[in-house]
Amino acid sequence: MKRLFPILSIVTVALLAYALYLALVVAPTDGLQGDVYRIIYYHVPSAWTAFLLFFINFVASIRYLVRSSAGGEKAAKCVAIGIGIVGFIAPFLPPVRAKIPAGMEPSAVATTIVLIPVFYFVVGKLFPGERLDVLALTCAEVGVVFCTIVLVTGPLWARPVWGIWWAPGDIRLTSTLVMWLIYVSYLVLRRFSSSAQTQMLAAALAVFGALDVPLVYLSIWFYRTQHPSPVIGGGGSMDPRMLHVLLFSWLAFGLFGFLVCWSRFRLELLKREVEQAHAMESLVGAEAASKTSLPLSRSAG
Amino acid sequence: MSAVKFLFAAYIATWVIHLFYIGTVVRRFSRLRQQLRELSKGK
Repeated sequence: MKRLFPILSIVTVALLAYALYLALVVAPTDGLQGDVYRIIYYHVPSAWTAFLLFFINFVASIRYLVRSSAGGEKAAKCVAIGIGIVGFIAPFLPPVRAKIPAGMEPSAVATTIVLIPVFYFVVGKLFPGERLDVLALTCAEVGVVFCTIVLVTGPLWARPVWGIWWAPGDIRLTSTLVMWLIYVSYLVLRRFSSSAQTQMLAAALAVFGALDVPLVYLSIWFYRTQHPSPVIGGGGSMDPRMLHVLLFSWLAFGLFGFLVCWSRFRLELLKREVEQAHAMESLVGAEAASKTSLPLSRSAG
Repeated sequence: MSAVKFLFAAYIATWVIHLFYIGTVVRRFSRLRQQLRELSKGK
């Protein structure tokens, strides 16, 4: 396990370097936008990684909220299984299929929905007890970093292509900004609240915050936006060579995000260990002080 | 500013943000390790 981290780090650096080479040299130039379109190879993988991390944060928060009551845990388990079954069947039913935007495959919708119970059980198995809270915090923090990159690279791409840095009122842009603000407020709550209920409150905030994630993702499918329509799936006609580079770039950034999460997870565990040690030390100190002061108070009495 | 400069600005900004965040994680790690060492010395 100790060797795995450095090995993965070397692999990740190599993948990121190769992804950069693919993005700048191998990927063909876009006929309309020229070379500036290559921002897609950093902008989109960062967005996908942020979505994935916020989704894991959502699942971990739900599990953390329900774990205190056996009934709640059982109900959540049933809901997760129900979502999986309904999600697997419903997209193929004609009335539901008719509502799915053109280009979005029912099989893709079913697979995405089935991932909810899969993640629910995998996260619960791998991260028992307080580790769920550590996982939620880790994913939110690293997700905010990736989301910040999306919000920085987006305007840098928009300026030369649209002629403006930001399109006020555009639902994709606004909902992404709102999502970033929600998760920043989650981190602020975690950082500055000293209440014993902080973890529960943060988990509840994360569940509501996660509602914005599908809105961000689906906004370009359901609304006319300044932001381009999906380039993969729905009506997108991306050159296969560009698509390969994009997917490779996501692989590299996904692995990088995993390693950063791993480090941040270990950091949080270490922080809690230090806090526990501090608490024990002050407890021992208080005990010792009460032992030495006891005879004095008796003699004074 | 030509369009390519925006491309490089986006790539550089990405790595500046990532490296800044990794830097804060590393700094927090070393501070906690220091605290843990001091606590074990105190025992």
